[in-house]
Amino acid sequence: MDFAFIFQTMKTLLAAVPMTLGLFFLSVSFGGLLALLIVWMRVAKNPILSNFAKGYIFVFRGSPLLIQMFLVFYGLGQFGFIRYSFLWPFLREPFVCAVLSLALCTAGYSAEIFRGGLRAVPAREIEAARSIGMSGFLLVRRIIGPIAFRHALPAYSTEIVMMVKSTALASLVTVWEVTGVAQRLISQTYRTMEVFLCAAVIYLVLNFLILQAMALLEYRLSHHRRAAVSRLP
Amino acid sequence: MWLIEVLGFGQKGWGGLLIAGALMTLCVTIVALLIGAVVGTLVAWAKLSGGGVLRTLGNAYTTVFRGVPELLIIYLVYFGGSGAVTAIGRYLGYEGFLGLPSFAAGALAVGIISGAYQAEVYRGAFLAIPKGELEAAEAIGMHRGLRFRRIIAPQVLRFAIPGIGNVWQLSLKDSALVSVTGLADLMRTSQVAAGSTRQYFLFFIAGGCLYLILTSLSDRLFTRAERRANRSMPSSFGQA
Repeated sequence: MDFAFIFQTMKTLLAAVPMTLGLFFLSVSFGGLLALLIVWMRVAKNPILSNFAKGYIFVFRGSPLLIQMFLVFYGLGQFGFIRYSFLWPFLREPFVCAVLSLALCTAGYSAEIFRGGLRAVPAREIEAARSIGMSGFLLVRRIIGPIAFRHALPAYSTEIVMMVKSTALASLVTVWEVTGVAQRLISQTYRTMEVFLCAAVIYLVLNFLILQAMALLEYRLSHHRRAAVSRLP
Repeated sequence: MWLIEVLGFGQKGWGGLLIAGALMTLCVTIVALLIGAVVGTLVAWAKLSGGGVLRTLGNAYTTVFRGVPELLIIYLVYFGGSGAVTAIGRYLGYEGFLGLPSFAAGALAVGIISGAYQAEVYRGAFLAIPKGELEAAEAIGMHRGLRFRRIIAPQVLRFAIPGIGNVWQLSLKDSALVSVTGLADLMRTSQVAAGSTRQYFLFFIAGGCLYLILTSLSDRLFTRAERRANRSMPSSFGQA
């Protein structure tokens, strides 16, 4: 066991963690917003909207993320009208392409998770809210949103762990996140196993921390299920 | 016309190679699913009825292989496996580097990942068997093998079908990552076709469509299998 080498490797790989986290946070935020839009279309009465959403979910859940990422990274540059548009300075960047494809992909999965949460909102709670005059955004904010969110949380935390793992694919479009840096280290040192195992440990720790945070959130949000017991003297 | 020529089966067409790639993807996934079934059964058994040590090992397995990026596991198996093969070769007196075939490495890597997910599916399915049936089997004196064959296995398989369907879809998409080891699967073939014709958009769309065909066909197959497995069950939630 060469501890000096492992220590040095860890230091180099940890320096790449901000890049992995940046990919993760940006793609989860944009993907989450997009998923809200898609789930709104999916449950809309308008058949054009709901069919579009169904198609979107089918395409992005049914094909591998890698092919979506390559499509964005290599495919978009092929078109002149994109290359000469104001978007090109952004779409030329591998980081932007990686975030874009990760967000598009997670939106498809998250939309289905959110839809499951929506279905769990009891119809009589919505009726009760309407009967006291709540409607529109207030109804969503006070009744539908919180209940649906709580139901969707366990499945959504699985999706979030998947996203941490998916950021590794960005290394294949030359983004220097943890896996990419690990590969670069290996091409310099030829010590495959040590470097990849160090990277694996970093991902495990990241996922562990994120799962703990999600579990804490779930605990804080399920106060109504414990309140009766804990208030007794 | 140009589109038909490029995507077709003629002299300049990539159609045949793309179909061959899709078949390769299917082969990798099937072998991976079988490896995963064996691993998953063992891990589920360790987690359910093993002692303290076995249970900890089982938990570690599912945590590690569900928490580390698939790409890293594929790299680890491919390079680690090649390292092991080279070491064995050197022991037997062969000098130089020996690579693990990318099909074997890929199927093994995806199988290891798939096994971690399948273990959870089988564990859940086992826990769904009504306790009374296991007790009844014991009460009429069924020994362990017979009880497993007659009571446990058929029900675990029935309860596990939807979960296995999910794992299959996951493995099908993970198998695209095996392309990094140079295996001529659907992903790799699309990449090569895109690169040599400079038609990146077209070929990645074509490859994506073939993946969509594979996932939607297998989805339909699993739905039918579920309906068939549950044909004798009273339906409380409607048919699949």
